[in-house]
Amino acid sequence: MTTASGLAVEKTIRSPVLWAPLLKDALLAALVALLLALPLVGLQTYDIGGGALGIRTHFDWVAIGAAVVFAGRFGLRLLPQLRSARLAAGPRPINRLTVWAGRQAIPITLAGITFAVALPFLPFSSRYLVDLGTTVLIYVMLGWGLNVVVGLAGLLDLGYVAFYAVGAYTFGLLARDLGFSFWEALPFSGLVAASFGIILGFPVLRLRGDYLAIVTLGFGEIIRIVLLNWASVTGGPNGIGGIPRPSFFGLQFARTAPEGVTTFHEFFGLEFSPGHRVVFLYFVILGMALITNFFTLRIRRLPLGRAWEALREDEIACRALGINPTNVKLSAFAIGAMFGGLAGCFFGTRQGFISPESFTFIESATILAIVVLGGMGSQMGVVLAAILLVSLPEFGRAFAEFRMLIFGAAMVAVMVWRPRGLISHREPTLRLFSGPAGNHGR
Amino acid sequence: MAYFLQQLINGLTLGSIYGLIAIGYTMVYGIIGMINFAHGEIYMIGAFVSIIALLVLGLAGITYIPLALAIVLATTMFFTSLYGWTVERVAYRPLRGSFRLAPLISAIGMSIFLQNYVQIFQGARVKPMPPLVQGGFTIFESEGFAVRLSYLQLFIILLTFLVMIGFTNLIARTPLGRAQRACEQDMRMAALLGIDVDRVISLTFVMGAALAAVAGLMVTLYYGVVDFFIGFLAGVKAFTAAVLGGIGSLPGAMLGGILIGLIEAFWSGYFSVEYKDVSVFVVLILVLVFRPTGLLGRPDVEKV
Repeated sequence: MTTASGLAVEKTIRSPVLWAPLLKDALLAALVALLLALPLVGLQTYDIGGGALGIRTHFDWVAIGAAVVFAGRFGLRLLPQLRSARLAAGPRPINRLTVWAGRQAIPITLAGITFAVALPFLPFSSRYLVDLGTTVLIYVMLGWGLNVVVGLAGLLDLGYVAFYAVGAYTFGLLARDLGFSFWEALPFSGLVAASFGIILGFPVLRLRGDYLAIVTLGFGEIIRIVLLNWASVTGGPNGIGGIPRPSFFGLQFARTAPEGVTTFHEFFGLEFSPGHRVVFLYFVILGMALITNFFTLRIRRLPLGRAWEALREDEIACRALGINPTNVKLSAFAIGAMFGGLAGCFFGTRQGFISPESFTFIESATILAIVVLGGMGSQMGVVLAAILLVSLPEFGRAFAEFRMLIFGAAMVAVMVWRPRGLISHREPTLRLFSGPAGNHGR
Repeated sequence: MAYFLQQLINGLTLGSIYGLIAIGYTMVYGIIGMINFAHGEIYMIGAFVSIIALLVLGLAGITYIPLALAIVLATTMFFTSLYGWTVERVAYRPLRGSFRLAPLISAIGMSIFLQNYVQIFQGARVKPMPPLVQGGFTIFESEGFAVRLSYLQLFIILLTFLVMIGFTNLIARTPLGRAQRACEQDMRMAALLGIDVDRVISLTFVMGAALAAVAGLMVTLYYGVVDFFIGFLAGVKAFTAAVLGGIGSLPGAMLGGILIGLIEAFWSGYFSVEYKDVSVFVVLILVLVFRPTGLLGRPDVEKV
């Protein structure tokens, strides 16, 4: 990539395409792909019964894979050569999506919120669509919560799902043992998750970024293993069921209510419909997500938010300026954890049932992928990425099977081509030296 | 006492496997300062390639076990190294000089990709493997409890020992090892002196993957089951081992691996099997909090 564009700058005239090295390079890539695919794709193991394995050959798949790699590599190398004249004319225009999103921020936001509010009432809307919208919004909220930690404070948290789990289990236990309702338990879920964030964060936040990532990963796994094995309290693999549904200012969403309780449809004189609750849940999570967003946007303008971003860019400089890195990081960690806990509480009330299975590492990775693909620090990018990633498997079983594969490949591709995500966060207002964008620190 | 000895042997065997994986982490960290999160998957791929190679050899009718093992070892190392090389080439090399978390996120993406790649093409079910090497010694018996050292355990410990001797010589005596150590100390200076840094980094990944392949073969033989998810936990444990021994230090990685193997064996032997993974994570957190440089590591000073 760099050598290709470097060449282009030197020769301002469009040079003829050099076919021989291109072909050689693509052939080499195809050969590597062939060798890579040979054992794992070409020779498929399968059960032949009696605990033994047999081997099936799929050399056609290997050939297809190698051909795809050949074509892809050839195209990728050819494009910069064809475009070399245009590239040489000036610096590459920065990410057009970012520019557009930056200029039209207010209209886009308003249109987005209007659409989100109107969604359940649109003519094509269905119960399924509203349900999907609820799932997307849970991930949007989790993404916004994690964005505080990863995007703003620059702390890579691989165990975010732990706080989500803590929030959900706090509500589950409060509801099962003390009879709390959703609205009563919500603040506790947030508080307990934030306390867990502080308990974990306090010892480990002095660590370097990548150590922190592994420790948070370990923490996420510890929480899951404890939930799985501490059966007397958490119900073990069976989880906690019968979690109460939320009520609308005390009005329940049910066909018939016990004595002395009014239901939603009775109070408003409506025909009973199970869809009411689905729509209500949708609005609850929409409100929670918007509060998360509003909170983050406001706190970003406070000294605390500015300290987060400064710390992300240069920790040593911050220390020199008298910022206490541990406290600042801890606040980001706790706030991020709190939003995770609140989302977990909502998850519990929506599902009515929670078990450790919902809180695996893949969940953490999904939320992280949403933040990373969307562009770390960009609130709008999170929405875009959440819609993409959550609705992708809804388009068919084939996609569902390849979903995680595409996730992983997309994470690598985004890092290679657009390290700052689909919609990169705003640039600093001042630059000390005019280095290439995205080249901070090490 | 007999029970203790038995756990010691089990722990040593397990620790050898972790140590071999840990070397891959520690070498990559030493040279480019990143956690190669996909290394656990490389080990998983090693285990899969070895099981496939064993099956193919079985079909080809090669049943003389030492010969079969040698061939399987060579093929596994070759294909797994190729995976290691490709991962570096595709996911890490373009990111050199990018912001600090970029390679780590790319590595996580790579890890998810490889896991699902194997799951899709080889199936999600556990792959069983009939035991190839059977039998063993009974070291002694007391109170009706026999301490056994199976041939397989002996093979694993001996092979690890041999691989380590070869590997230490490679790093200490050959021009490649010298270049590798030079890059570890100062990449820019090494480049100025005519060392092809990109090539050295590639070879570091290849060596790490080759060692992980050995570990993959061992785990296939030892446990007799392989699935696409084994890389995750083994990766975290081996990383813990690397940190415990002092990240960047090769003897430290081996020492850390053995210690982690022992901790796990004794924990499941004396406390609870369910929480044996928690014990490793707790060790990781404790080491990072109280002694971030590990047992044999050098203190790391962060400069502007």
